[in-house]
Amino acid sequence: MRPLHALLLLIVLLAAPTFAQAQLYQVPGQNSPTTKEQVPLYVPQDDKVIGRVSIPDEKLAVLVQPEGREWREWRSHTLRLAIGGLAIGMTAVLAIFFLYRGTIRIHGGRSRRLVLRFNWADRFAHWTTAVSFLIMALTGVILTFGRPLLIPLIGHQAFTPLAEYAKSLHNFVSVPFVVGLLMILALWLRDNVPEKADWIWIRTAGGLFSKAGGHHPEAGRFNAGQKMVFWSIVLGGIGMAATGYLMMVPFAFTGIGGMQIMHVIHGLLAAGLIAAVIGHIYIGTIGMEGAFDAMGCGVVDENWAMEHHRRWYEEQLRKGYVEGRQPAE
Amino acid sequence: MARMKFLCDAERCIECNACVTACKNEHEVPWGINRRRLVTLNDGKPGERSISMACMHCNDPPCAAVCPVDCFLQTADGVVLHSKDLCIGCGYCFYACPFGAPQYPRTTDFGSRGKMDKCTFCAGGPEPDGSVEEYQKYGANRLAEGKLPLCAEMCSTRALMAGDGAVLADIYQERSLRRGYGSGAPGWSTAYGRNDRGSPFGPGGPGTGGA
Repeated sequence: MRPLHALLLLIVLLAAPTFAQAQLYQVPGQNSPTTKEQVPLYVPQDDKVIGRVSIPDEKLAVLVQPEGREWREWRSHTLRLAIGGLAIGMTAVLAIFFLYRGTIRIHGGRSRRLVLRFNWADRFAHWTTAVSFLIMALTGVILTFGRPLLIPLIGHQAFTPLAEYAKSLHNFVSVPFVVGLLMILALWLRDNVPEKADWIWIRTAGGLFSKAGGHHPEAGRFNAGQKMVFWSIVLGGIGMAATGYLMMVPFAFTGIGGMQIMHVIHGLLAAGLIAAVIGHIYIGTIGMEGAFDAMGCGVVDENWAMEHHRRWYEEQLRKGYVEGRQPAE
Repeated sequence: MARMKFLCDAERCIECNACVTACKNEHEVPWGINRRRLVTLNDGKPGERSISMACMHCNDPPCAAVCPVDCFLQTADGVVLHSKDLCIGCGYCFYACPFGAPQYPRTTDFGSRGKMDKCTFCAGGPEPDGSVEEYQKYGANRLAEGKLPLCAEMCSTRALMAGDGAVLADIYQERSLRRGYGSGAPGWSTAYGRNDRGSPFGPGGPGTGGA
């Protein structure tokens, strides 16, 4: 065995210099440049280049990521167009609708008899979610639009602390938002299951465009429009929370491409939800007489309940939740 | 005026990490911050190449375009700097940067990020040249002393070069011609492929692309 080893070693040692020589001294070939101008400087780079790094920060193994260019476009233009366009568009549609329809009155006037609509738990869940959402929407909008809109007004020195607080608040308030969101899901899921009656509501647009009033498609506790708001807030909110928390722990679960996608999803959901909430606030306040009472003090007028949620009203009547009326036997 | 650029000749880089170490030492960069790093491509395979990468000081910097607080500036030499007084550590510049240059110190156990830190081309920050504040925030300002970035200055194989882009291009083309091959200047099409803005910009100035 030993002589064989020695022989092999000898062969390797003798072969090594020729092998190394072939590697070290490259002879100019057919493709070699003959003038300085032929040496390329700008090599087109359209793909991600990933190598290996010896430092612990693995994400730095990405040498070039041209996808940043698309993300820059999204962050600088598309995101602002989506949020601003949808919010302004929604407001414009509502303004036109308000001019056409005005405040939707209670057809039979107020009866002054009250029906319990949302108990303290319902209202706590709603307002926790609502206030957190408004704070996060406002702070998010500050970070998105602050540079073109606020910096020219208040200057760089004042905008940085504002943006800093906005960022912290945006992160912090996400916790009560998720608490409220989960409460909403638990409390109202049962009443938001789509049913056949919703189809009629959608077909007649909930009677929103019948000026005569009083012709409301039958609805349970929540009509199809409210169910749509519920599912947008719940599903959109969960999506925003998931992407938001993942952005708070950047690169913990995904690389640079994943983080960019996360930010795009977060922004698109934000644009959709802000527009949806503008509509929700409209119909809950100036859009409809008697609607705010439901979340304001928890009770609604009997006539409002009968007009808008007849089936639910009858249930409440049976349960004895209508003031001054005995539960039906 | 010179347009400052980096050029790393991948055919020469031997992955010795001297540039990385020099940078960390010169600027007393905190633990975990990698202003400059070495990336090895095709590791262990034929055609393996190592490239030293840091902020390339782009012509049309994506970081400056996406910054929500508009904290970036570009000097007359084309060096891209930022103000740590304005930065809020949001991390957007890292998403936009093609080279992974922006770095963030970890400030709490909950992963929140401190103010961004990146290669300054050894040109400090917006503070007065050579001031204590400038050194504490951004490290040494060698450019103000008439010196070039230390990473390139101490590169043993002269793979990493820093200085006037036209001169670097000339050296690189000359040496590629002599040795018979050259695979291009890594990152140049991405960093300098777009037109230069022509004039330096600063926070609030026109033309940072995102406002």
